Order: sequence, then C-alpha cells, then structure tokens
Amino acid sequence: MEFFRIHRDIPFMRHALVLNVISAVMFLAAVFFIVTRGLHFSIEFTGGTVVEVAYSEPADINKVRETVEGMGFGEVQVQNFGTSRDVLIRLPLRGDVKQTEVVNRVFTGLCQAAGGQVESAAVTVAGDPATKQQCAKGAERPLELSRSEVVGPQVGRELAIDGAKALAFVIIGIVIYLALRFEWKFGVAGIVANLHDVVIILGFFAFFQWEFSLTVLAAILAVLGYSVNESVVIFDRVREAFRKFRKLDTPQVIDHAITSTISRTIITHGSTQIMVLSMLLFGGPSLHYFAMALTIGICFGIYSSVFVAAAIAMWLGVKREDLVKGGGAAKAADPDDPNAGAVV
Amino acid sequence: MNRYPWWKYAMLVVAFVIGLLYTLPNFFGEAPAVQVSSGKVTLKIDSSLVPRVEKALADAQLQPDFVQFDGNSVRARFGDTDTQIRAKDVLSKALNPDANDPSYIVALNLVSRSPAWLTSMRALPMYLGLDLRGGVYFLMQVDMKAALTKRAEALTGDIRSLLREKNIRHTGIVRDGNVVRVTFRDAATLNAAQAALAPALPDLQWDQGTAGSGDLQLTGSLKPQAAIAVQQAALKQNITTLHNRVNELGVAEPVIQQQGADRVVVQLPGVQDTAKAKDIIGRTATLEVRLVDDSTEAAAAAIGSAPVPFGTERYVERGGAPLIVKRQVILTGENLTDAQAGFDGQTQEPAVHLTLDAKGARVFRDITRENIGKRMAILLFEKGKGEVVTAPVIRSEIGGGRVQISGRMTTQEANDTALLLRAGSLAAPMEIVEERTIGPSLGAENITKGFDSVMYGFAAIAVFMCCYYLLFGVFSTLALAFNLLLLVAILSMLQATLTLPGMAAIALTLGMAIDANVLINERVREELRSGASAQAAIQAGYERAWGTILDSNVTTLIAGVALLAFGSGPVRGFAVVHCLGILTSMFSAVVFSRGLVNLWYGRKKKLKSVSIGQVWRPGGDAGKSAQA
Repeated sequence: MEFFRIHRDIPFMRHALVLNVISAVMFLAAVFFIVTRGLHFSIEFTGGTVVEVAYSEPADINKVRETVEGMGFGEVQVQNFGTSRDVLIRLPLRGDVKQTEVVNRVFTGLCQAAGGQVESAAVTVAGDPATKQQCAKGAERPLELSRSEVVGPQVGRELAIDGAKALAFVIIGIVIYLALRFEWKFGVAGIVANLHDVVIILGFFAFFQWEFSLTVLAAILAVLGYSVNESVVIFDRVREAFRKFRKLDTPQVIDHAITSTISRTIITHGSTQIMVLSMLLFGGPSLHYFAMALTIGICFGIYSSVFVAAAIAMWLGVKREDLVKGGGAAKAADPDDPNAGAVV
Repeated sequence: MNRYPWWKYAMLVVAFVIGLLYTLPNFFGEAPAVQVSSGKVTLKIDSSLVPRVEKALADAQLQPDFVQFDGNSVRARFGDTDTQIRAKDVLSKALNPDANDPSYIVALNLVSRSPAWLTSMRALPMYLGLDLRGGVYFLMQVDMKAALTKRAEALTGDIRSLLREKNIRHTGIVRDGNVVRVTFRDAATLNAAQAALAPALPDLQWDQGTAGSGDLQLTGSLKPQAAIAVQQAALKQNITTLHNRVNELGVAEPVIQQQGADRVVVQLPGVQDTAKAKDIIGRTATLEVRLVDDSTEAAAAAIGSAPVPFGTERYVERGGAPLIVKRQVILTGENLTDAQAGFDGQTQEPAVHLTLDAKGARVFRDITRENIGKRMAILLFEKGKGEVVTAPVIRSEIGGGRVQISGRMTTQEANDTALLLRAGSLAAPMEIVEERTIGPSLGAENITKGFDSVMYGFAAIAVFMCCYYLLFGVFSTLALAFNLLLLVAILSMLQATLTLPGMAAIALTLGMAIDANVLINERVREELRSGASAQAAIQAGYERAWGTILDSNVTTLIAGVALLAFGSGPVRGFAVVHCLGILTSMFSAVVFSRGLVNLWYGRKKKLKSVSIGQVWRPGGDAGKSAQA
C-alpha cells in the first residue's frame, strides 16, 4: 500500500498567508470565547464538592435537583453523567457549612427522598473488609454513592498555580531546546504554533463549556510536547534540505521538507488518533474530556506544524546560513553519500 | 552493514526476559489471603510472627501457599476463599487469646496469585490506584504554625527555668507567636542572660532591643534550620500516629504518605464509610502518668491473690507482668512536648528523654520530690484500654521539665518507647483539605474501560501497520508490544500505583511511540525510492531517523518532566507513565526493531528487496512493489 504518490513538491507556502489568516481568526475567536465565556473549571481547581450517585433506575433529575436545592447549599448543579442512572451533583464552597459533612448530608437527603434509610453495612470489596454507607429501602438499594470529592479552596488555588507553572516551564524549556538544537527563529516559530494549538483547545472547552479538569490539563501539556515534536520533524527536514539543495530558496526548501514528511506526519497522527479515538469510544466518561482535548490537539497539531510553524519560520527570515553553519552538532546528511538525494 | 554484535542481542534478550518476568505478576490476578497486623501501638510486628502463624495454621491442618513478612504485617496466601475464612478464624483465636482485647488485627486481604518464586524475586504486580479499585482518599494539612507555637511554648518554659537556675532576674517572659521576649532592667543582666541562654538553647537566635515600656528586651526566635527540623519532626510524628490509627481499621495496603512540606495523603482502599474512617484517623490516644501502688496489698493483688485495693487499678506491663497503679492522674500527654531516644549522659546507657511543658515541669518536680524511690507508671490509652509503656523508679527530684528514663533498655527499646510516647498524640493538629470516595463498582468499571481502550487502540494500530508496511509493519508492531512490556515491567518494578490517568498515558504513549517506527519505515522507503540498495536503505533509514526521533522525543520529554515537577495527583500519575513510556519507546523503536530487522535481513548478502510495502517511484514503473 502506498497512500502518498506525490510527483513534485506541493507548494504549501504559497497558501501560507491565506491559511494563517484563517488560523489567526480561529485563534482570536478562541481567545474571545475564553474571555467572554470563561472555562468551566472542575472542582479540582475551584474547590467545592462533587457527589456522584448511581440510581438503580433512571433518575428523576428534577426531583434530585429540588431535594439538593432544598438543603440550602447555594448554587447547585445537577446533571446526568454517563448514563441516565448516574447523577452528578456539584456544590460550591460554603464558608459556614463544614465541607466534609456536605457529602453525608446530600447522600442522606437523597436517600430519604427516595424513601430509604441510610445504614452502615459491612461489605467485602475485592477481599478487603470494609464498611459502607448504604441506602436501604427494604431489601432494595435505590441509590448508591459511586464517587465523592471534597476539595478545599487552598488546594484548588495551588493546583491552578502549579498548572500555570508547568505550562510556563514547558514553553520555556521547548524554546530553549529548539534554539540550541536549531536556531532561535525555529524556537519562536515552534512555540507560537503550539500556543496556537493550546489556545484553540481552550477555546473549544470555553465554547462548549466542557469541564476543564486536571486530566485535561495533563492532556494539553502532552499536546504541547506532541505538537512541537511534529514541528521538529519538519524543521529537521528543512535543515537537511538546506544542506542538500543549494539552489532552492527558502519557501521551496520548506515546501520540499513538508512534502517529504507529509506521509509520515499523516500516518503518525493517524495512529495516535486511533489510540485517542479508542479512548474516546471505550474509555468511558472518566476519560472523555481527556481524549477530546487530545483529539482537538492532534487535528490542530498537524495543521499548525505544517502551516503555522513553518510559515512563521519563513517570515522570520530563516536562511541557509542559519542552519548549515551552526548545525554541526546535528547528525547531518553526508553530502558525499552516494545514496543521498531523495528526489520526490 | 546490518548486523548486530552478539552482545547487543544478548542485551535485548536480557531486557526481554526481565520485562517478561516483571510483567508476569500483573496477569496472575489475586488470591485470597489473611493479613495479620498489629492491633496496638505497643505491639511491633517482626518476622518472629511468621513461625507462629505457620504453626497455628499447621495445627488446624490448613495449608497456606506461603507465609510472608513484609515490613509491617504478615500475610498468608490460600488457594480458595473457604480456607481463607477458616484460616482467619483460626489465626484470630490463636493470636488473640482475649477476644475483647485483641493484640493483632486479622483481616482478609488479597495477594497476587503469582507463584512464590516470582514473589521471592520481588516481581510484584502494580498497585491499583483508588480510582481503579475504590476506596477513600484524604489529603490532610498539618498546621505547622501550631507545631511551631508548641515548640516556642516549650522553649519559653526552658528559658524560665534556665534563668532561675542561673539566678538571673528578669522582669517578664512572654511568648508572642513564635518568638519569646524576655525583658530586663539593665544591660548587665541582659548580657549575662544572653551568655547563659545562647549555648544552652542552640535552636534560638537572640536579638537585643528595647521593649515598649522602655525596658531592655531580648528576643529569641527559632533559627530557620531549627524551624524546619520542628516541622519535619511534626510531620513524621503525625504520619506515625496515622499509621497506628489506620492499622486499627484493618485495611489492607493503606497508603500514608507525605506530600509536599506540610501535607499527608491517606488512602484507604476498599473502605467506603468516610465517617468511620474520619472518626478513627481523627481520634487521639492519650498518655497518662500515674504512681505505682507498691503496698503489700497491691503486691498481693498483682499476683491475683487479693482484690485490687481501693483507688487503684490493675494494668499489664509491656512484658506482660501485672502492675497496680493509682487512679489519680499526675500528668497527661498534653503536658508532654517531646520524647526522644538517646543516651544517659553519665552511664552511656540507652535512655528516653522527655520534655514537659511549663505546667508539666512544675507538677513533675513536686511529685518526684515527694516520691523518691517509688515507681511511676506511664500509661497509654487506646480504644479505652490502657497499657503500661514503662514504669521507672524515681531516683531524684526532677525539675526543669526534662525527664530521663533509663536503665535496662537496649537502644531499640529506647527508640520504641520514645516512639510510643510520641505516637499517642499528633504533633500538630491536622485538617482534611481534600476528600474523595470512589465506589468499588466505579473502580472496576474504570479499569475495564481503561484496559479496553488500550487493547482496541493497540489492535487497530497493529492491523494498520502490518497492512501498510508488511513485514516492517510486523517488526514495528513487535517493537510496540515490546515497548508495552518494558513499560509495564518498569512500572511494576518501581511498584508504581496505576491510576486511570496512568492508563490513559499508556494508551497515548503507545500511540505516540509508533511515530518513531513510522519515521524509520518512511525513511527506508524513501531511500529505496531514490534507488538505494536494500541493505543500504535499511542502514540509512535507521541512521537518519535517529536524529529526528531524538529531537522529537526530547521535546516531548520536556513536557513530561514539567508535568512531573509541577503536577500533583492525577497529573503526576499521568506524567510518570508518560516519561517512562518515552524512554522505553525510544529504546524499543531504535534498538529492538533494528535488532529484528538485522536478524531477518542482516545475514542475506545479496538482498534484492525489502518487505516494506509498496515503494512507489514517480515516473517510470509506478506501482511496482519493491517486494519481489
């Protein structure tokens, strides 16, 4: 099989301006949505309480909402999660109510609303002796507590700060590495392209008000590394082409580099995307937004490394002299190699 | 040109065997087991319990797979749950003669089903995080300010007694937060005081100044190193205390870890009742100091021949000997600020040094003065039951709040006693700042889903690679499988805890790891396309792809390290796997797949074609496969 039968270099750079205007517009739109709508931060960042209950039958969301709102915890969110039997309840931080008691009160309230009684039962979970708060209505178990989280405001603030630090560290680290390994122009181009990806992912999360959790943050930082990876492969080729084809000008060299790596770019992204799709399809609700962030990241990763990173490097004025002289440390193609000189 | 020296193959074989060995335990699943852990702070479990457990089981004609001591508990594994439950009953009867006052906690547990020889070479399965098995998680914040205040309070008492001893007149000692201010009438006394205090209390640094009232003032504040030492000690003690309390829950594999400078993570797998867990980890054991009744009636009562005299109680010493102790409490753990093991200044015998606060010091001085030659008992109360930790004889009046217990103790015993005396209470108050409960069914669901996504993703990639690159695709798939094997083996070796984000990272890493193989295969194709000979194309393909693989992986690694450095909780779980995965993928894509290719093609001198799928050449014989 061979998907890519390319006769001559595709003139990517000829369309660079148009495509970059499009990406600039998308970028601005993303910033606009982030600013106006804001991100829907998960409890890990904001602090508060999340209670997830599994009903034995499809849950009556309105009834649950009424019950929880009646407890006076302030602004309460009640929504389905995963299936129609799973209900997710989020409660904001409240100064006057002890956070750690909230879960018990909510569970007890819901249990009573369902006509049951909370009792402590001894169970054996995978061999571990344990006790469990159960909601019993005769022999039935109308609902069960499947998950609960309580996060103090302090922890949330620290996580947000740590996240920002991690982001800054990644950006600086990558710029420095690219600058050392290639040239500062590539460093700047690579990181601009990546921030473009990150901002667009955030834009999606802001627009659809998807939950932005710690795992999503992990996905975004992974995308940062992944997407630079992509730019590096192309830059690597640019350097090689500069050495090999002395007659070509910069846009032609870039076109050649992109053309000769396009098959690998698409196959690699394709296989990563297969994996991520598998997570999206089979991973369940817990991995949903993680896989979503990666999917968007991968799609824009291809696009940005081809059009944004390379084009910015071109506009920054990358020259043959920038790379051929300074790039001695890299394992370059030997000009005397009889097997060298791939012509596409 | 495409041959590996034998040592490279040897290295790959070794890596493969080690990978296989350490991955294996994860597949065996878990077998029922019984775990015996300490039920009391005063009881320390060591390997001497193993023969006792073995004997008890042999007496009941129960045959365990093995009995093993793992640092703080003894576990016996059984073939089926019936034997497990019978063994549990047998062991609790044998080890706890008094059912109302159990010394050991005998709990049901699960132990990896992997054979004993694997277990003996420390090939153990990965731990499953709470999100994969269910349980409760607490993040507790230690109030370090309180720990420092407590220390400053103790130092205030020391300063007071030191100045009294040296007969230096001051006009007042006040503790203000973490600093102690001492005021004096004139400069001469101040200097004398500073000269006396500085060497005696090396933890404090002194500044001279003037108080608001015009008096001269000496301000003592904790040196930064001393403050750090206090905080570390407080954290350590809190962790020890938590360990003791959690033990009581009978939870298998609890995790109690320090996180950051002032936090403690407590994970209790399998427990669902947060209220009870909180109740137990928040409860305090109490320490009491009382006098021993050494009258003849009491001696008779101790051996059981007479009733216990009025106003006294009967307790058991650590060694098992009964002791009659007066009901009146002299001091409680509240007054004890520190207990450290050390040595007697004169005899060089191991000793335990106690530090009392100001009130405790005063009471203690009065009591010791009046009771020289008598015994004093230090009792530890847990779950409403008391036990005598130690009962030394009072040799002389002890003032100044520094008490030394010595005589007939080994260093180990001194350490244990000091630990016990400290263990009763928390060094500083703690509060729960984060709490999570994950139901067991949700955990089981998470693990299946995580596993499914890795499996289907892997299968899809494998199918695609094999179709697109033919034999080279097979090599790539094998390299990918090898990568997965190594990654799981390393995680198992590190005894890492596998969480859902960790599983996601495995999936993502596999998706990204194929990149290196694609790079290589595309390069080889490209070389073939430009007319290189088969052997040269393989050689050049690997060589040229290496630089690119290195660059792209280093950038990914930078992101991974940042996650590791700044992340916490799920992000960190993700980052660990991600970073390790990048390293193993570089190794497997470059060294392992090359090894396979070399093994297959390397020996063929006149290699005409390579099975790498179609190599299409622009112009000319389009569509002609490179494979014959």
